[in-house]
Amino acid sequence: MGDQLMTWLLAIFQTLLFVALAPLLAGWLKWCKCHLQNRQAPSLLQPYRDLLKLTRKQPVVAEHASWIFTRAPYIIFSAIVLAASIVPLIAVDLPTAAIADVIVLVGFFAFARFFLALAGLDIGTAFGGMGSSREMTISSIAEPAMLMAIFTLTMTASTTNLSFAIIHVLNEGLVLRPSFVFALFALMLVAIAETGRIPVDNPDTHLELTMIHEAMILEYSGRHLALIEWASQVKLMLYGVLIANIFFPWGIAQSFSVQALAHGLLAIIGKLAVLAILLSISETLLAKMRLFRVQEYLSFAYLLGLLGMLSHIILEASR
Amino acid sequence: MNIEQQDFYTQAILSMAALIGLASFLMLGQGRLLRLIFVFALQGLLLTMTAALSAYSLNNHHLYISAGLTLVLKVMFIPWMLRRQVLAMHMNRDVEALENKTLVMLGGASLMVFSYYVLHPIVQSSSTIMVNALAVSLSVVLLGMLLMISHRQAVAHVVGFMSIENGLFFAAIVATNGMPMVVELGIAFDVLVAAVLFGIFFFHIRTSIDSLDVDRLNRLNEVDQ
Repeated sequence: MGDQLMTWLLAIFQTLLFVALAPLLAGWLKWCKCHLQNRQAPSLLQPYRDLLKLTRKQPVVAEHASWIFTRAPYIIFSAIVLAASIVPLIAVDLPTAAIADVIVLVGFFAFARFFLALAGLDIGTAFGGMGSSREMTISSIAEPAMLMAIFTLTMTASTTNLSFAIIHVLNEGLVLRPSFVFALFALMLVAIAETGRIPVDNPDTHLELTMIHEAMILEYSGRHLALIEWASQVKLMLYGVLIANIFFPWGIAQSFSVQALAHGLLAIIGKLAVLAILLSISETLLAKMRLFRVQEYLSFAYLLGLLGMLSHIILEASR
Repeated sequence: MNIEQQDFYTQAILSMAALIGLASFLMLGQGRLLRLIFVFALQGLLLTMTAALSAYSLNNHHLYISAGLTLVLKVMFIPWMLRRQVLAMHMNRDVEALENKTLVMLGGASLMVFSYYVLHPIVQSSSTIMVNALAVSLSVVLLGMLLMISHRQAVAHVVGFMSIENGLFFAAIVATNGMPMVVELGIAFDVLVAAVLFGIFFFHIRTSIDSLDVDRLNRLNEVDQ
């Protein structure tokens, strides 16, 4: 009984760690990007300060706003935190990972996105509606691509549970799998599109005609804005952890001893730091693409996912 | 047998098969000629690596020679020649818009499924795992044909033709551990001669219809004017 309590506590601790570390990842990403672009970098803790400042400010809500507008930030934040509780961060085989699988994770993302789009439409400004329609267009192509990449993994591990799939990859050791290469690239492309990074969307600009994510949250202020920003930072970290722990799971804790957990924490911090450096390099090298090219980009991601699935069936499956 | 029970070389060759298939898809979706030629050279490089790998793992020395031939012909000479011609005819800035890119790509994916379906009985009755990669090589052949159908530029047709040959070469490596040396040399020189002949044809087509767009070969000059 005490053992079970411990694992639940550990699961809650892991989720809290997720939420607490997400702004740090955003800060590190910004730091890398600034240094690559010869700019003065803000401190790594700047995202925390921004969040704190925003929570202290009084939120301004438009006259025509309905209850959706004021409730949406809380709904989005809790959906993303629930999604974070499913993904193994420092240890596998936690009780929260056992109750929901990877399709539920995609469902949580879709749920949060649905409310974000509703909130964008709610005020009735031109920008909000435009942003919502763009977000839904992009996600309707990105979601199948992501599911395709994830199905490649789940067919290999023959389970849709993330934790068991990671254990399967760990136990197998180093195997050259062509399908995983494709799934990795597909998931990276989808992650860039879904978290609104360059080349799909520019996270740094406000009031640009081609903005997507910023257009939806343009009317938010104060603690509402803080929650939405925080949620999008956690979402970015979620995708990073997904990529890092599915395809390079080495280092994650398989037992619940303090040493293994500390090792797992250090491993994931290292992996995320490397992924953030890669992302900042690609963001520095690439320019934002035209909005109408995004579907080509995402259909390429879908094609990669499909090829991953095909090469799993053709080249790897047992006969 | 699953892939995790195979030795490292088999895994590496199967990964190469997947990457060669990806290169074919990249060529299919490419609108710019210079990039198309670059991806074609990359596919040649992957083929070279596959040939060298299987030469090493099977201890089959004449495969090293065919790897070297592939490297010289398909990675260096033919891409260099095509690139020079494209630059000489000032077509490097032309962007060829595919009629319906997504449809062509989906058609390519279904060709891959089709070739797996066709080769399934052979794969089942064979004993070596390498035969799995036969489906990929057949789909590279079919994708090369699709590339020739969907693109309009004559240069793209030549690249499609050469990638069909790539698919056949790959099939020869994975299924039969390399063809006899005489056959391989003969094919290599055929490809070389074909590349040179195509180059001459480019200039002839261009001087007669003032373009390399093969769709314009359908029309009669007198009728249009």
